[in-house]
Amino acid sequence: MNAFQLLNGATFAALLFVVASGFSLIFGLLRIVNLAHGALYLAGGYVGFTVAVHSGSYVLGGAAAILAVAALGFALDQGLLRFVRGHELREVLLTLGVAFVLNDMALVIWGGDSFTVPIPDALKGGVRIFGVFYPKYRLFVLVTGILIFIALMLLLHRTRLGALIRAGVDDPEMVEASGINIRRVFLGTFLLGSALAGFGGLMGGAFLSLYPSADAEILVFSLAVVIIGGRGSLVGVAIGSLLVGFLNTLGQVMFPELAYFVIFGPMVCLLAFRPLGLLGRAT
Amino acid sequence: MDRRQFLKSTSVLAAAGLVSKPWIAAHAQATPIKIGVLAPLTGVVAAGGREMVEGTQFFFEQVGGQVAGRKVELIIEDDASVPDTALQKARKLVEQSNVHFLMGNLLANTGLAVANYVKDNGTPYFIPIIAADDLTQRARIKNVVRVAGYSASAFTHALGDWAYKQGYRKIATISQDYSFGHEQCGGLCQVFTEKGGEIVQQFWHPLNTADFSPYLGQIANMKIDAVFAMENGADATRFIQQFASFGLKGQIPVISAMNTTDQSIIRTLGGECEGIVSAAHFAEGSDNPVTQKFVKDYAAKYEKIPSLFGFSMYSGSMWLAQAIDKLGGKVEDRDALLATVGGMELTNSPLGKAVKLDAYGNPIYDVAIRKVTKRPDGKFWNVPIETYANVSQFWTYDPETYMKQPTYSRAFQGIKKG
Amino acid sequence: MTTLEPIAAPATGPRTFAGARARTIAIVALVLASLAALPFGLSKYQVGLATEMLIYGVLAMSIDILAGFAGRTSLAHGAIFGISAYVVVYAVSHLGLPPAVAVVLGVMAATAAAALFSLVAVRTSGVYFLLITIALGMIVWGICLRWTDVTGGENGLRGDMRVGLLRDHQTFYWMVLVVAALASFAMWRFVRSPFGLTLRGIRDSESRMRSLGYNVHLHLFIGFTVSGFFAGIAGALYAFFNSFVSPSTVALAQSVQGLLMAITGGIGTLFGSFVGSFAILTLQNVVSSYTERWQTALGVTFILIMIFAPEGLVGKLRALLSRGARGSAN
Repeated sequence: MNAFQLLNGATFAALLFVVASGFSLIFGLLRIVNLAHGALYLAGGYVGFTVAVHSGSYVLGGAAAILAVAALGFALDQGLLRFVRGHELREVLLTLGVAFVLNDMALVIWGGDSFTVPIPDALKGGVRIFGVFYPKYRLFVLVTGILIFIALMLLLHRTRLGALIRAGVDDPEMVEASGINIRRVFLGTFLLGSALAGFGGLMGGAFLSLYPSADAEILVFSLAVVIIGGRGSLVGVAIGSLLVGFLNTLGQVMFPELAYFVIFGPMVCLLAFRPLGLLGRAT
Repeated sequence: MDRRQFLKSTSVLAAAGLVSKPWIAAHAQATPIKIGVLAPLTGVVAAGGREMVEGTQFFFEQVGGQVAGRKVELIIEDDASVPDTALQKARKLVEQSNVHFLMGNLLANTGLAVANYVKDNGTPYFIPIIAADDLTQRARIKNVVRVAGYSASAFTHALGDWAYKQGYRKIATISQDYSFGHEQCGGLCQVFTEKGGEIVQQFWHPLNTADFSPYLGQIANMKIDAVFAMENGADATRFIQQFASFGLKGQIPVISAMNTTDQSIIRTLGGECEGIVSAAHFAEGSDNPVTQKFVKDYAAKYEKIPSLFGFSMYSGSMWLAQAIDKLGGKVEDRDALLATVGGMELTNSPLGKAVKLDAYGNPIYDVAIRKVTKRPDGKFWNVPIETYANVSQFWTYDPETYMKQPTYSRAFQGIKKG
Repeated sequence: MTTLEPIAAPATGPRTFAGARARTIAIVALVLASLAALPFGLSKYQVGLATEMLIYGVLAMSIDILAGFAGRTSLAHGAIFGISAYVVVYAVSHLGLPPAVAVVLGVMAATAAAALFSLVAVRTSGVYFLLITIALGMIVWGICLRWTDVTGGENGLRGDMRVGLLRDHQTFYWMVLVVAALASFAMWRFVRSPFGLTLRGIRDSESRMRSLGYNVHLHLFIGFTVSGFFAGIAGALYAFFNSFVSPSTVALAQSVQGLLMAITGGIGTLFGSFVGSFAILTLQNVVSSYTERWQTALGVTFILIMIFAPEGLVGKLRALLSRGARGSAN
């Protein structure tokens, strides 16, 4: 296990963290398993790609991705999920239906070719780090992942909104009873979670490319991360991302036969003995 | 209606059927030729599937939608890149839409599922894209014919020879871990090692591997002369990009399967793909006038340079049309159709050279060793740098002897020991 | 461990045969007769479709046992169904065993898999149960994809499955009809049995059942295993229907489709599963004749059902009828 593989695992973990943190926020606070989260990642990637290619700016692409997916999230929450509030399984299955539709519509709009989000010139090429030649862009993803982790931790632990979110994760009824408009907190969280997915799509689209089944793949990874890390815990998501990221990378190198078991095996074992994940909170 | 009435009316209808059969046959000429086209329009390989349909439609449009005086009706079904769906749609086309023959499919597993189905009911099935070696070797089915197609290891045999001629002696292979990948790698490894080369290591990864960095890290540290990549679809795009982003482009030459440098991949890439060498029957950058005309017309209509998928279905349709012409339009006679297709030579194909099938139902081509080159307009395409004439699916081996060795798989890669 | 036996249904009321009233028997007989007569009016392809509807109906019903009566929604049943199909195809094509033996092996394999799954899943409920069944299904899929020597990898397994009588599509349909009818009857009896009542109690309030002394986990374990048994029967039928099995047979999409059929018919209605199976397969056939956008149609169907008819078609029908009955009673 050399520096190269360590960096590979870490950068993949960073991308997973960005996407899974959005998923976990929604699951933690709203108790919705948003199976359309992967489709939001893909949509964000595609929209970001189109804008970045036409405008020549990665930053604009990022902004477009975030806005577009937040809008999708808004439509999903206010337009569809509100009809099934409170019914956990109905919510899950409804988001599954949405995932099907989004995936198919993406195929219609962008076709089945693989696209890569263009990397800004400043991030092209590589650097020598820890004795290996490593692409600058991947390091950028790693740094961004860490920054987003810090930002989210600050949000959750240093702001009022964050306090409300944490309280809502533990006991939404109490929060509502204290006169807070919990609906707005929910909506805001849903938008934030979706935006993270969309931004993840743009970032991932530059080094992992965008293609019709990318949504299902990232969703599976996000599920694994959140299940292992536990519901409602940001640190849990971070740990889960690192575990899944490294397991995946190492698994590819050392046990290529067991591609899926390396992740699902531990996931199932964990679920069997600690259904709430490593740092999860009971509902 | 009650049972007696039902039986009576059925028997009347049956009798009418017996009498009217010759009358119907005589009028068959007036009814359209129904072709069942199966392609993955959704799912993992949706991009290729779309181009398959375009290639087919392009050909029949050019001949005015008619062959031998009969109208041609294309009935297109989506196999969703999944064998179960392919089987379901094949059934629908044969049993409900009553097509005269089936054509298409992209992924080997979908093709094998459909081949298994037609084995029982004798419907002719033409596979310009499915490359599973055994369908024209050990597991031959008489009504499955590879018109204008190729078997997976055919071109890599030639590539292995070329690689050795280039002076490469140590190669590592990286490939998707499924039969198509095994067969292509096996073809290269067998010829390369028999000439004296060495396969240093073989990397196999599952389909849809997002991150190649674990493999690239290992490849970077190897002392090899070249790396052979067998990647299809999104994996190809990612491999080529990540290879370049890790600074390996220019350090280690890449030779690849034709799918990896196919237009469907390189048209969305930039300079990362330049210089990759692959082997194929079709090179869109060839200076053969017939090929050039085809590429230009196709690009004018579909706004993209044709890929293997478009080209193969176009040529396959052309082959079938020529056969149906020879038959005077009588596609209902399955044996005659299969015999004609098998015995004739395809002329005027976009390859610019006549093509015929060998005794096992597989075409014999001139194989072009082609390199990805930049066009003046900035796009990339494959230009031939050398040609191997009349390459059989068995390379230079005797067919019977060759077929005694097992099919290429992960366990058997044809590597010569010692 | 002591278990209290639930109070048995009172022995008063209309006379029953195997638990069904005379009127119900008449309806059932009529339905079976019309189903049996179908092949005479339909083309070979349509009979094939009808056969498929019956097979998937059994699968959906097995899912309903758990979802509707034990309150556990599973997305692993497609994998269990597929395991049975794989074992049956392998037994006939690679081991040369007679079909009957292959079926027994297949169903046993499915039941064993279900038992194994439930050991892991039985401690969870709701969304976590769903997630763990997804993970288990993915593991099965991974095995079928990678264990190429046995499962054929992504190429799957092909076999000449239909021998003798079964080769004719009509005879095969009738055989499937008989098996489906027997399986549905067995499942119906199962959920109406005292054991089934206990499951319903668990669905309604697990804590209450626990405080009453029931071993909730054991009951769920048995319920899951029985449900897997029936999914295995459906899988064995599928193996003969298709003569082909591949990793897509055990994929998540299969479980999703089965669940959707159960939901469309109505969770908790049992026989609604056949209605759901008919509806979804018809929709699929009709839609894919006109457009490639079947996936969108499926997604939209899912969404609409969740919003407007989460109790399913039969569920909605029952609700309407009972409201009508209450109305006329007043």
